[in-house]
Amino acid sequence: MYETALFGRLTLSAIPYTNPIIMSAVGFSAVLGALILGWITRQGHWGYLWKEWLTSVDHKRIGVMYLILAAIMLLRGFADALLMRFQQAFSEGAAHGFLPPEHYNQIFSAHGTIMIIFVAMPFFIGLMNVVVPLQIGARDVAFPFLNSVSFWMTAASAALVMVSLAVGDFSQAGWTGYPPLSETQFSPGPGVDYWIWSLQLGGVGTLLTGVNFFVTILKMRAPGMSLMKMPVFTWTILVTTVLIMLSFPVLTVTLLLLTLDRYLDMHFFTNGMGGNQMMFPNLLWIWGHPEVYIVLLPAFGMFSEVVSTFSRKKLFGYKSMVYATIAIAFLSFVVWLHHFFTMGAGADVNAFFGIATGVIAIPTGVKIFNWLFTMYRGRIEFTTPMLWTIGFIVTFAIGGMTGVLLSVPGADFVLHNSEFLVAHFHNTLIGGVLFGYFAGFSYWFPKMFGFQLDEKWGRRAFWAWLVGFYLAFMPLYALGFMGMSRRMVHYDNPAWQPYLLVALAGALVIAYGIFCQIVQLAVSIRNREALRDATGDIWNSHSLEWAVSSPPPFYNFAKIPHVDALDQFAYMKENGINHRAEAPFAPIHMPRNTGVGVVMGAITFVFGFAIIWHMWWIVMASSLAMVATVIYRASDEDVDYMLSAEEVARIESGGSASTAGGSSYLAGHELITQG
Amino acid sequence: MSATITSAATLQPDHAHHDHGHDAKENAVFGFWVYLMTDCILFASLFATYAVMRHSYAGGPTGNELFDLRYVFVETMFLLFSSFSNGFAMISLHRGARSATLKWLLLTALLGLGFVGMEVHEFRHLVMEGNGPDRSGFLSAFFSLVGTHGAHVSVGLIWMSVMMWQLFAKGITPAITSRLLRLSLFWHFLDIVWIVVFTVVYLMGVL
Repeated sequence: MYETALFGRLTLSAIPYTNPIIMSAVGFSAVLGALILGWITRQGHWGYLWKEWLTSVDHKRIGVMYLILAAIMLLRGFADALLMRFQQAFSEGAAHGFLPPEHYNQIFSAHGTIMIIFVAMPFFIGLMNVVVPLQIGARDVAFPFLNSVSFWMTAASAALVMVSLAVGDFSQAGWTGYPPLSETQFSPGPGVDYWIWSLQLGGVGTLLTGVNFFVTILKMRAPGMSLMKMPVFTWTILVTTVLIMLSFPVLTVTLLLLTLDRYLDMHFFTNGMGGNQMMFPNLLWIWGHPEVYIVLLPAFGMFSEVVSTFSRKKLFGYKSMVYATIAIAFLSFVVWLHHFFTMGAGADVNAFFGIATGVIAIPTGVKIFNWLFTMYRGRIEFTTPMLWTIGFIVTFAIGGMTGVLLSVPGADFVLHNSEFLVAHFHNTLIGGVLFGYFAGFSYWFPKMFGFQLDEKWGRRAFWAWLVGFYLAFMPLYALGFMGMSRRMVHYDNPAWQPYLLVALAGALVIAYGIFCQIVQLAVSIRNREALRDATGDIWNSHSLEWAVSSPPPFYNFAKIPHVDALDQFAYMKENGINHRAEAPFAPIHMPRNTGVGVVMGAITFVFGFAIIWHMWWIVMASSLAMVATVIYRASDEDVDYMLSAEEVARIESGGSASTAGGSSYLAGHELITQG
Repeated sequence: MSATITSAATLQPDHAHHDHGHDAKENAVFGFWVYLMTDCILFASLFATYAVMRHSYAGGPTGNELFDLRYVFVETMFLLFSSFSNGFAMISLHRGARSATLKWLLLTALLGLGFVGMEVHEFRHLVMEGNGPDRSGFLSAFFSLVGTHGAHVSVGLIWMSVMMWQLFAKGITPAITSRLLRLSLFWHFLDIVWIVVFTVVYLMGVL
């Protein structure tokens, strides 16, 4: 009685003690977390971590925190992938594998949700945080505090997904959560609610980031930088933020309506009482298809920067690249119905959406040829970022073509919901999105930390990922043609098993690739003095982020540069224009670090957990706490300070010192806390 | 030229002790405009949902049987006049008249409160008669669309109370002026959304 009032529907039986797989995963995470926290405590790093990182409003540090979040969630999502591959490889006929169906369903639902929302999104948002303000010659984003809030809301949502492992369960309705399966009638437990609230709260953070970067790019470019002088990566991010702002509110509404169905017995998507189930896929994919391009367009931007730098040429067809990006963004809004051609909308409607889908291949093809023509007669350097790019061009072309095949409604009726589809979207999301982010990560890593990543381990990681990808997903195309549906926990067809064994081998090769990436990071940190870059322009590159030291001072630019050309930094180098700021300096206005973002993230987490478990008093209390925090922040007048010209001069004169141990980076941040 | 442009763009929206402080203010207002457009998409999705479900009565009552146009007209007048008085508050603010601004804001808040109160009363009445949001798809869509608008107005009321307190305690500062400008945008935006709600839900529901 009192328990229900206090704890809602949460009881001790929500913790799956009896499931050895879940409990060992929980135990492993707990031990790992305790070890890290213990290490930080022993080293006495808490004060530093809190002052310099957790409370930071510096876009570069927020970016790095996003990247760490993405890396952690990638490991979780990949562990899910391995479990699925093992299950399917050994679940034929009399064998039933090691996962019961209700657990397997949670794994594929969590895998999709995590990989899209908590890996792809934070990965590119992290890189864009680090790079975009530098590329446009700005000192920070338009709303630095909001940026911190966005990050902590995303982190809180990711934490909700992780907690679902130990307390209760996760959704079994797939990452798209179609009703009526996701309705209370068929999924009464907290699983779907974990899915709803982690997406909903993280989505708010993403929307705020979208607004923030849209304003940043439109309003804060250095003088002289017209839209057509913006680096291509910034262009893709600008278009991406437009997609975020147009599509994420639709996700908010979709999840809200499902929430109302589940919490207040409404009838939006129910079987009876006037509910309309097909409205859910329509609404979901009006967000979901643009979402595909939200994660893909930034990768296109990264490839464009990398291919130009390592071919030692200007990017071929800059303008066509920009217009192709805009065209893809527009088309991404008129293709959503291809996710459910079998709904029965009729031949005319299906034909429209089929043709619109096929048409996307045209601007995408323009981009592919632009990259190829950039490489043509270039002096190509096969660095790790360039390897990822070349691997992408080949792999993504295959994924794109299978997409065009699926866009034909007749073919889709056969291939719909099969392993062919699974192979197709992994082909674009791994070969396109993830390879792009890895290229961008290794390209900009020296900018973030002042030393480059170890090339040998980077090449190993690339080859393992590339070979592993083909081994893991090419068999799935064949399995789709052989009639295997997606999401099967068990099957009775011995002809499928060899293919699934090859796919498992592929997943293991990818696992070796991830191992190589971890080793690469460790080796690079150990050898950082040998890998140090003193110039700030390690790749002899073309855009403004390379005009400042690596890592950049926390204010980015002592003097805001004037932009005369596309590829401004290359223009400066060619014309002998000094790109290092010289005295006299002017004072710089900087935002002060604040813990309010962390607090709001914590409240978000408590709110999410409480509403999932129907602990209404905590829901009320955390909502009030959130309002109080916002009012507190609005009443705080001491949110910024002036960095004096002398201190700018002092940091700048140690400019080369900034690359020796990153000392000026730290020194600068001490100023923030003193300021 | 470039040397003179230092920190303008990185300013927080508050604190204008710099020549270029107005740039940051513009960013804040522009950013808020952009946010309002995303809110517009949110309402558009709810309107689309309502349009799909407006005849999904499931044997329950129709809009024609439930809506009292005269009642909703009075409710609408409360909101429209609150926008009107909000306009006067902004004029007073730009004249630098703090107490006049406060009085107009108070009137705005009272009219807004009247609007929310009438909506809550209407909802309560419907639920009491067994025509709550769980009765049919149509009523689910009705309660969600109108309720989301009402929730926005309620948030606006909390915001307005905080602003009245800040204005009272600190006087007219650039930060407070900027916030009141954004609040005013928000308030007028909700007004426009309500006009569409009135037309699509109530008028078309009764016709």
